[in-house]
Parts: sequence; C-alpha cells; structure tokens
Amino acid sequence: MDGAAMLAELRARFGSDVVETHEHRGDHTAVVTREALRRVLAWCRDEPSLAFEMLTDLTAVDYVKYPGRQDGPRFEVVYHLYSLTHNHRLRLKVRVDEDDALVPTAVDLWPIADWFEREVWDMFGVRFAGHPDLRRLLMYEEFVGHPLRKDYPIDRRQPLIGPAS
Amino acid sequence: MAQTTQREFMLGEGSGTGSGSQNLRVGVGPAHPAMHGIIRITTELDGEVIVKADVEIGYLHRAFEKDCEEGGYNNAIPFTDRLNYVSPLINNFGYCAAVEKLLGIGVTERCKYIRVIMSEISRICDHLTCIGASAMELGAFTVFLYMIKAREFLWELVEDVTGARLTISYGRVGGVKADLPDGFAERTAKAFKETREVLDEVHRLLTGNRIFMDRMIGVGALSREETIAYAITGPLLRAAGVPYDVRRAQPYDVYDRLEFEIPTQKDGDNYSRYLVRMAEMEQSMRIVEQALAMVPGGPINVDFEGRPVDPAWYVDRGKQGKTEGLLLVPITLSPNLLGSERPAHERINAHDKRVVLPPKETTYGSIEGLMNHFMLIMEGNGIRPPRGEAYVAVEGANGELGFYVVSDGTDRPYRVRCRPPCLPPMAALHRMIEGQMVADLIPTFGSVNMIGGELDR
Repeated sequence: MDGAAMLAELRARFGSDVVETHEHRGDHTAVVTREALRRVLAWCRDEPSLAFEMLTDLTAVDYVKYPGRQDGPRFEVVYHLYSLTHNHRLRLKVRVDEDDALVPTAVDLWPIADWFEREVWDMFGVRFAGHPDLRRLLMYEEFVGHPLRKDYPIDRRQPLIGPAS
Repeated sequence: MAQTTQREFMLGEGSGTGSGSQNLRVGVGPAHPAMHGIIRITTELDGEVIVKADVEIGYLHRAFEKDCEEGGYNNAIPFTDRLNYVSPLINNFGYCAAVEKLLGIGVTERCKYIRVIMSEISRICDHLTCIGASAMELGAFTVFLYMIKAREFLWELVEDVTGARLTISYGRVGGVKADLPDGFAERTAKAFKETREVLDEVHRLLTGNRIFMDRMIGVGALSREETIAYAITGPLLRAAGVPYDVRRAQPYDVYDRLEFEIPTQKDGDNYSRYLVRMAEMEQSMRIVEQALAMVPGGPINVDFEGRPVDPAWYVDRGKQGKTEGLLLVPITLSPNLLGSERPAHERINAHDKRVVLPPKETTYGSIEGLMNHFMLIMEGNGIRPPRGEAYVAVEGANGELGFYVVSDGTDRPYRVRCRPPCLPPMAALHRMIEGQMVADLIPTFGSVNMIGGELDR
C-alpha cells in the first residue's frame, strides 16, 4: 500500500480521531488524537496490509517556540513505523499540552518502546501512562528539568550527584 | 564474629538465611575494560548464571540533539562525527541526506559515488573494530592486532580523502568537502588486498576455532520475532535470518546500481553475528570496487607540464626547509589545498547557491562569490530549508541510522533527532544475557558493538 492509500485508509477507519494527514517530501504523516492512539498503533501493527512490525523510532518535538504554533499543544510525540513485509514507512503523531503531558504507552505492542519512552520522559517530561518503569534514560535521577525542552537553556549547569546510596 | 556472619551470609549456614543460597548482585562497569566506553550493567547472579540484568546508559551523554539546535545546519556536521566515532562518514552522510531531503535538492552523480565509497570503507573499519575487540576479550589478542592493522590501511585511505582519521567532518549539505585525491583507486586496491589477507588469516584463526566456537555458538541468541519487536536492525537482525538492509530495501545514493549480497544467518547468536560481519566486509569491498570503476568524472589533473605536484610533498619539503627549486614549481591547486578548487567543486557539489559554499577562488576573486559566501556563513543567514520535517534512514555499520530533522524556516534546525542503531540492541541486551553464564556477558556485549558516542549522544 502506498502512503496516500495508507492515510486514506486511516481516515476512513478512524474518522475524526485522525486530526490531520499530510505528505511532505515523500514522508506520510498522520496526527491522531490521544484517545485513539493505542487503537491506531495496534491496528497499524496487526492489519495484514500494513503490518508495521517495527517501531523504528519514537521521539518528541517541543513546539513552544515554533512560529505560528506557540499557542497550540506544546508537544508532539512522533512514532516512526516500518514494515519489513511491505517495505513501507509511516509517521504517526500525537499532540499533548504541557499541563497534561501524558500519552498511553506502547510497551506492550513493541518492547522497544520501553527505552524510547524513557528517553522522551527524560528529555521532554512527557509521561507515558502504563509504562512499567518510567525512569530517566540518559540523565541521572537527581537532574532537575528536561533538557530538550525549548525553554531549558543550553548553558545551564547542574551539580553532578552520585548515585543514590 | 564478623567472619561468622559473613560465612553464614555467603553459604547460608545458621539461622539467618535458611535457604542455603541467595542471589548475589554484581555490578559490571561503568568503568570496565570490556565495556567499550562507559555503561553499567547490574546483574543478579545465581552461582554463575545471570538471573536478572539491568542496563544503565547515559554516561557519555553530550547533548548532541540540543547542540544541533544552537547553530546552522552545517554546524551540526562535526557533532555527527562524534556519534559513531568508528564510522563517522556514514553519520555525516546520513545527516546531510536528511537536510537535503528537507531542502528538496539532490547531489551530483560523482558525489553519490564518493559517498558510497567512503561509507563502505567506514563500514569495514567498524566491523574490523567490532570483531577484533570481541575476539580480544575472549583472549584472541592476535586477531585484535591483525584487525587493527587492517583498519590502519583503511584509515590511511580515509585520511587521504578527508584530511583526518577520526573526526573527519567530510560531508556537507549538498556535497562533500573535497574530491577524491589522485591515485585513490590504486591505493584502495592495495589496502583491500592487505585487508583481504588479514580477513583470510582471521578466518583461519577464528571461524573453525574450537574455543572460539564454544564460546560463541548458542550464546546471546535472540529469536527472530524478538529481534524485530525490539526494532533491532543491521548485522544483528540479519544474523537472525531477516535480510533487511536499508541499502537494498530503500536504496539511497547509487546502491541500486551496484551488485552486492546481503549475508544472513539463521541462529541469531554471537557466532552468526560474527559470520555476518565477516561476510559483510567482503561485500563492502565489492561495492567499493564497483563504485570506483563506475565513478564518473575521473581524477582531477593537478599536473604541471607532466610533473605531478603533490601538495603534501610540497608542504613537507617546505617544512624541512628544502625550498631550493620549489618556487619554480607553480602550484596549480587552490591556496587552501583542499582538493576543492573550482572544477572539482562543481563535480562533487549540488549546483545550488542557496546551499553550497562557492569554491574559495570564487569567494576571494569576485564580489558575487564573496556575497554568496557571506549569505551562507553569517549569522541569521545560511541554509534555510522551508518549514517541514523529514526522516532519512541510511544503513549504518550497526543498523538503521535515522535522522529526523524539523525545520521552522530559519537557518537553524528546529529539532534534530538521531535514531542510534545500537540503542535497540542495548535495550534488548538484558534479554540476551539473562539465563546465561556471567562470563558470556562479555562476548554478547561485544557482538552488539555498542558505541557510546551514538548510544548516549
């Protein structure tokens, strides 16, 4: 299935839960609502004509300083899916606000989401509901703040603290 | 008294523990000779068997993604060198390809071939290092020395082209820094001959070696399904029997015009990974040989009246004070000696003034060139892709290396995400080592080929 057909199928199946779809430079993207995210992800994995066996990447983007999007939902959590069977890719996104930065976990669908979600929590402060062990991945536990947020200054220094005894 | 307590604790004697044995927690790392960088594995042992393991990373975190947001698009290239520092060229090209996709530009034919050639040489270096280091950790020090010797031949090639060995910063958005030097094909042929001899020797030393096989076969195995579920790509996935390779599945540059095989194995254990890597090196050499035969444009002529003027020779003589006669030889290269003078520059870079810096002689010799240079270098100017986002995957030495770049229309990337190929296997490492002997942790960890620079970014 080519990208445009995939997006049409998603829209037909999930209706208003698909907020937006677009194609840019050959990459196909669908933005879905948080409520439908788990259903969409599970469907993408299990539907034989899509068969996205692989969650290639999971990351987030902080849009707080993006021109024209300062007032919208602050974070976008981005899922890059790849299908070994059909050799196609799809990008799914879900938008969340800063004061309600909570996304359902995908750990039970793809175990790799465990570390990816820990990294997103670490770097952006987006939490994942249902994650079994949401610890920081790259920074240390005592670190204050989330460094990849746009309002975290690059030159801020924090004391290095050893592991908790 | 204290000794009795310890004895009771260790052997389970007396009334304190009762069961007779209890698991022992052993921390491996962060600073351990076999930890290839810094990483910490907390293991829980029952005798010699690992019952439970927790992998802790992040000791080498250098804020790569945050740093990229602070400068122009080309400013991130030196940072990408330091992701996978054993094959930095692939990182360079992956990042450049992502920005080029965002801009909607292509690169010239010759540049595509150069990228393929340099990527494959890097891949061989990476596999040599991986196998050499894992063999050394099993006691086969000879193999390590042989492999590092072969890597040295290849790094000399890299040095010839890029001017550096490790932090090469050779890729540019829209092209590469400089053209291939004269005589590169011959030197590559020579280096490959040496490398093949080394690989042959290593094959005879390791592939049928009883000790090596006993330590590797059936160790650290991961099933095909689990490998896929953990999004593991590269040699580890191919060792589990899935012939997925970005170069074949979604060809970039000129991989669709080159003939090569994708080696696979069935078992997904350490020995299969070793065999896949050994076979891939041969395939990479095949690719480079084909690409060198097909590369259009031919070498750049820097001869003067039949006499080849090698700038390195010229500079070396000058440094030694042997200047007599030298001034009679006019240099036909550009003053920066980069191999990037005007004719070469046009062959290896995209013809797009909004993206690619002009050659130095144009910058210094004409007002248009100077303005072009200024518009790309000065703060607030530079490469400005239209708003949007792009994800590009290339086949890194450890698997799919992805770059996801978001542009807000200014001269700085809004977000650069690197999808490190060795993060998924590290996330699955506890699945590979649990239930195995503690001594097998080291070869399994070696077969994953973790590179701290790209894992922690």
